[in-house]
Amino acid sequence: MPSIVAENLTKRYGSFTALSNLNLKIEGSKCVGFLGPNGAGKTTTLKIFTDMIRASEGRALINGVDVHLNKKKAMSSVGALIESPEIYPALTPRDALSMVAEIRGLPRAEKRKKIEEVVSEVKMEEWLDKKVGKFSKGMKQRINIAAALLSDPDVFLLDEPTTGLDPRGMAEVRDIVKSLKTRNRLIFMSSHLLNEVQDICDEVAMIDHGKLLVYDSLSNVTSRASSDGGNIVEVELLRDIDERTVNDDIASLANVSSAERSDPRKVRIHFSGNIQNQERLLLELANLKIGMISFHPSASALEDTYLRLIKDTL
Amino acid sequence: MSKLPGKSLSTPGSRLLPTSVSQVGTITKYELLNYFRSRRFFILLAIGLIISGLLTALVAYYGVSNVAPCLPNTCSSPPLAFYSFWWGSSITFVIVLSGIFFGGDAISGEFQNKTGYFLVANPLRRSSIYIGKWLGALTASLIVLAIYAAITVGNGLYYFGANVPYQFAESLSFSILYLIAVLGFTFFFSSLFKSSSMSILVTAILFLFAFSLIQLIVSGLVQVEPWFIITYGSGIIGNVLMDTYPTTQPIRGPGGRDSTTFAATIPEGIAILLIYFFATAVLGLVLFERKEFT
Repeated sequence: MPSIVAENLTKRYGSFTALSNLNLKIEGSKCVGFLGPNGAGKTTTLKIFTDMIRASEGRALINGVDVHLNKKKAMSSVGALIESPEIYPALTPRDALSMVAEIRGLPRAEKRKKIEEVVSEVKMEEWLDKKVGKFSKGMKQRINIAAALLSDPDVFLLDEPTTGLDPRGMAEVRDIVKSLKTRNRLIFMSSHLLNEVQDICDEVAMIDHGKLLVYDSLSNVTSRASSDGGNIVEVELLRDIDERTVNDDIASLANVSSAERSDPRKVRIHFSGNIQNQERLLLELANLKIGMISFHPSASALEDTYLRLIKDTL
Repeated sequence: MSKLPGKSLSTPGSRLLPTSVSQVGTITKYELLNYFRSRRFFILLAIGLIISGLLTALVAYYGVSNVAPCLPNTCSSPPLAFYSFWWGSSITFVIVLSGIFFGGDAISGEFQNKTGYFLVANPLRRSSIYIGKWLGALTASLIVLAIYAAITVGNGLYYFGANVPYQFAESLSFSILYLIAVLGFTFFFSSLFKSSSMSILVTAILFLFAFSLIQLIVSGLVQVEPWFIITYGSGIIGNVLMDTYPTTQPIRGPGGRDSTTFAATIPEGIAILLIYFFATAVLGLVLFERKEFT
């Protein structure tokens, strides 16, 4: 089972503490969103996990291997994308990916096929043999994502992977990450985009001023947004819904404390209880035949939690 | 778990990784590809060809006996005088340019241009990156050096036939040793700085002006043998092509003032270059290992 573990991870730059006693244990196949404001310590953490910087104290372990003491072994099962790397401008994506493939020991027979596969996954087939120097930031980022995917690793460390991408590129990267989850991979991904984390991730870790504030499942974290400790889900509808249906039919469902229409085709529902209650609510809403086309924990709930936990920054 | 030949490492769920030596080879290969694809290699090659062209034209226009005279009292071998004029006077400049072109920003560029982020986040040791890049720079420099040597020998064959003095082979070997030391030194400075322009500038100033100036001051004014300067050690490249190998000796200057001219012996020169290489290579590697991608 893939795992990443931070044990008392601390990083100091002189008197400034960028990361303070971070303890985190992530195991299994899932996506964990790493949230925090600028300068919170997200990239510092990911850089320690890739041995780009050294921890002042503590250990970073990937699949049980200390990254600093045995980087080669620890990183053998990791695909990483840290801070939008640059690629030698004179090389083509094929050259750059061939280099990564050879470093990672992809068999020669497999290399060409695998490169074409990952380049196709990031929709850069037409640019495979063009020099990287002519690429936009977003195009380079797609190649960086392809490089991370190349050896089909168990663990992905992604530092704001959608940076520099246009909306379509962002959506495509989100789809790639979702597909990784179905392939039993562990993804640890920093992001500023709460809706992105909401959409992709199963768990959330929040950090501020170098300290971990919370690490829990997305539903548990979002439930903190509600003062009564309940949960918020957002329901999208195929057709308009009237106020009476919301107030009479939806608000009266079991465990629902309130329901409000945020726009004619969107309803925000506060409910209490656990994941089983959420499942029951979903079934009951479906039975109402109100044209429900999506049902998901509220992005603003995550935002509420984020804003509540992360105060007084910058 | 069974081990495949040439493979070294695996973790559960991961593929077998190549050995570090194999990864060094990969870095060297793509470093060379990067040089060939960028203008850098061809600019240096063009400079080498321009110098060769100018020397060829000079010899052809003025005559070999005029540009590389071999006077009966002081010179026993016209071919040696020719190779001394051509190779001895210019090769150190070509080598220093190679060091600046290929070594100046080899490591600092990885930080400044963020290309290091693409490489370092892979399962390979930093030493593999450093050594691979160094070998890439050495190979590219050796190609330029080989072409320059071929043009030198081509001219020598034209004027003197197959009579290539054995001292030229010695000088060529010392040139390669000097190239190795220069690249060790430039990589060290490249590891020291995070700015490409700063590392290139410092390296260029040191090799093109500062070392020669310090050597002049130390040996000429202070009268101390400048054994601690790399360019003093490189003197063996030209000295070995002289009819009589120069030695350290006292001379009486203008106004009856006694002074000493210094010349490194061949073992001293080799020792200076080797020490420079090993010391700077180790220091550069340690710096790169410790440097953080902040």
